[in-house]
Amino acid sequence: MRRRDFLYLTGVGAGAALMPSALLGNSISVEQALNPVDVALKKKMADVALNTAKSLGATYADVRIGRYLNQVIATRETRVQNIANTESYGMGIRVIANGSWGFAATNILDNDNIAKTASLAVAIAKGNSKLLTEPVKLAPQKGYGEVSWKTPIEKNAFEVPIKEKVDLLLAVNAAALKGGAKFVNSNIFMVNEQKYFASSDGSYIDQDIHRIWPTFTVTKTDAANGKFETRNALSAPMGLGFEYLSPKDSEKIKGGPVTMYKKRYDMMEDVIEAAAHVEEKLKAKPVEPGKYDLVLDPSHLFLTIHESVGHPTELDRVLGYEANYAGTSFLTLDKWESKKFNFGSKLVNILADKTEEGSLGAVGYDDEGVKCGNWNIIKDGILVNYQTIRDQAHILGLTASQGCCYADSWNSIQFQRMPNVSLAPSSTPMSAAEMVKGVEKGIYMFGRNSYSIDQQRYNFQFSSQLAYEIKEGKIVGMLKNAAYQANTQEFWNSCAQLCDKNDYRLGGTFSDGKGQPGQVSAVSHGSPTTRFNGVNVINTGRKIG
Amino acid sequence: MAILSKEEAQAILKKALSYSKAEFCEVSLGGSEGGNIRYARNAVSTAGQISTMDLAVSSTFGKKTGSATINEFDDASIAKVVKRAEELAQLAPENPEFMPPLGPQTFQESATFNPVTAAITPDIRAEMVAKSLQVVKEAKLEAAGFLENGVRFNSVMNSKGLFAYNKSSDVSFSVTVRNQEGTGSGYVDQSFNDVAKMDTLALTKIAAKKATGSAGAKAIEPGKYTVILEPLAASDMLGNMFRGFDARSADEGRSFMSKKGGGTRLGEQLFSENVNLYSDPMNPDIPSATWNGDGLALKRTQWVEKGVVKNLAYSRYWAAKKGVEPVPGGRNFIMEGGNKSLEDLIKGTEKGILVTRFWYIRSVDPQTLLLTGLTRDGTFYIENGEIKFPIKNFRFNESPVIMLNNVEELGKPVRMGNLMVPPMKIRDFTFTSLSDAV
Repeated sequence: MRRRDFLYLTGVGAGAALMPSALLGNSISVEQALNPVDVALKKKMADVALNTAKSLGATYADVRIGRYLNQVIATRETRVQNIANTESYGMGIRVIANGSWGFAATNILDNDNIAKTASLAVAIAKGNSKLLTEPVKLAPQKGYGEVSWKTPIEKNAFEVPIKEKVDLLLAVNAAALKGGAKFVNSNIFMVNEQKYFASSDGSYIDQDIHRIWPTFTVTKTDAANGKFETRNALSAPMGLGFEYLSPKDSEKIKGGPVTMYKKRYDMMEDVIEAAAHVEEKLKAKPVEPGKYDLVLDPSHLFLTIHESVGHPTELDRVLGYEANYAGTSFLTLDKWESKKFNFGSKLVNILADKTEEGSLGAVGYDDEGVKCGNWNIIKDGILVNYQTIRDQAHILGLTASQGCCYADSWNSIQFQRMPNVSLAPSSTPMSAAEMVKGVEKGIYMFGRNSYSIDQQRYNFQFSSQLAYEIKEGKIVGMLKNAAYQANTQEFWNSCAQLCDKNDYRLGGTFSDGKGQPGQVSAVSHGSPTTRFNGVNVINTGRKIG
Repeated sequence: MAILSKEEAQAILKKALSYSKAEFCEVSLGGSEGGNIRYARNAVSTAGQISTMDLAVSSTFGKKTGSATINEFDDASIAKVVKRAEELAQLAPENPEFMPPLGPQTFQESATFNPVTAAITPDIRAEMVAKSLQVVKEAKLEAAGFLENGVRFNSVMNSKGLFAYNKSSDVSFSVTVRNQEGTGSGYVDQSFNDVAKMDTLALTKIAAKKATGSAGAKAIEPGKYTVILEPLAASDMLGNMFRGFDARSADEGRSFMSKKGGGTRLGEQLFSENVNLYSDPMNPDIPSATWNGDGLALKRTQWVEKGVVKNLAYSRYWAAKKGVEPVPGGRNFIMEGGNKSLEDLIKGTEKGILVTRFWYIRSVDPQTLLLTGLTRDGTFYIENGEIKFPIKNFRFNESPVIMLNNVEELGKPVRMGNLMVPPMKIRDFTFTSLSDAV
């Protein structure tokens, strides 16, 4: 639901008129957002909670004091639809008592109420322990003392004047309309998580995390035929500051049918291309269904990686903890234990990571005080590992957590969330343009569009913002209504060629949903342009009325 | 504290308005109190209790509006949030689509609140879950489920004299039951305003029966089949469609309700003649509030009658621009059906597929409302009026608009979330591939 609320702020959600209005938190002034809470005060508050929990019999306790700031600027054609600054501030206390987890949260942060909340968490743990089958087993974690971490940004987006952001978006809209678009929505989402973590292990961790996502949708209608087409921005949500919106030639890849962006994005250039693309999409040739070699750009492939590799390697899903909502996984423990399960072709190397600069998953420490790192999930095509947290690490025989714990708010319970899961580039030099030259009958896809996958992550269907037909090594024109359907293992085994590190880019999402009550998390997926041979493509065109 | 009576809410809203210096001021106050319990692998995994209350103020000078919210309710805090909204309004750009607020309106008393549901405690939630666990433990199956209940109030008041208040309660329960081998899975999902209607034991038995019944599924070829969609599956398909009953996006030419040559499909025969859809806040099985955030009264609204599009939702702005009366969107959607049960529909089917539910539904093409997704938690082959055997899950690519042109028969409507949907028999439903998922 919260994802919907976030989208509602932009007014672009389908049928926004039918949705109730909602805000993420309390609205605040920009100046207020720039004043973090004093670290010494946070330590004092955390100690009240930790000491209370321990005195009531908790064998472990952690405290998260979170200040979650969001800014959204939403525009449509020539007008500003919404400018919202929101803040949510409070404390979540998690404890183990009688071998069970308990959790309670509050936004009233005086000592009495903190102590009351800590005792409620202990009482809930003791209550839950009556239905316990096995006591919680935590992987050991040393305390780090007082430490801090900050997203390495160049320009804090919250410090950039609103007017500058509004001017940029309205200029983007003007360029789209000038280019022939009928409608255009553009938005910038900015997030700053000021998070403080303390635990009975002796860690006091202060983190300042930044994320940004500029995006647009350009629409062109063909009233005579009752048709319309859209093209979304090819930007990525990033773990960067406002510098992401300062274009840089060295961060662009030109020469293909579309300009591609690395860690700097040129929103004006992209929207001008988008306006031309919607015109072309209205006239594009419908795809002939059949088998094609697919050349997938990172702006598209990231979501296929997310759904078909990221989710099935979440250990809590494998074990059945998400069975009632997100589902389970086909990557059962026996496949991992065999050490020979062929997830993909030998070219496929997939890394889990919480450190890559500019990525959405990069933090110093996770939400249970574990220092972040990276590890292989798929090595030379074989399943070698999963993603996990402190209370499940022992199942994999690990002596430490992999640092994948996250909660989307101070009042949400932290649980296992996906780190960045990325496809490693080839060490053999290869550009996207060269890759296209080697394809006889193929489709080149850019940008995320429709996506769907089953609850165990076998069967999926994806489509793109842009699809180009490749014939005998050349791009011959745009296609419409193309979607590919495949089985995860077959698809990754059809991986035939990867571009090198010069082509590697990050895609990502701000709103990966999981859990009940639902929580969102932001995650990046890096990859180079990659070729998959002989994939089944269907035509999704239909006629109604 | 989080759930205020009409009079208590009114007093805070009046106080907030008394501080306003703006040309127009709208204040709203809402709060909720609720709890949840989650279980997996036959044991409770998490449980929590959350309570919130917020005051939102929206102040307008000319066509410049600013909004602010607060969760403290002493006089100084209320004065501060009003001042903050006024400051933001002065800084805001003009909104050419601003509509002055409505004056006093009369609203029907809603039927959304049930005191027994409101009184659910953590112990009662644990008991309800214990009943569900009892079923699966006895049958040597595995359950993962979620039970949530809450009470909520909403109230609004504006400087032109409008006041509205609503209080509601709800409880929802879902459970996935799987066999220990992981070869069979079943699911149920129900929500009610009245907890007396929620029987977690009986519901878990249905999910358990599907879990054992769906084990050993056979693969059949994808293609076009006659399907019987259980109400849950039917609601999965229709939920997406109702959002498209919006006049503005249709007029703008970017909706399946847009007409070739311009305008909307209002008045067109878009569905089979046996399709009738409406919203009604006073429906006893699925009551909703009787007003919306714009201060418009919600009334019974017929969206589709005998397959013809009778109404589209018009916001106050779009209605004024088009010279028509505003039509608020519905809070509930009801599709009429007949008196037959699901079993009756199965009995009358020579060959077909029974679908329990769909999963991971995404829009593929907004022009035709084409959706893709998969069957899940119990898909069965029907022959000569009987369920013959479980079949492997399918991916579908189908539009609810096409689907509602292929309606053969409808059963008795059942509540599913904010929809009342009948089980339905549909011909030529398009399955495009097989999935190994259980």
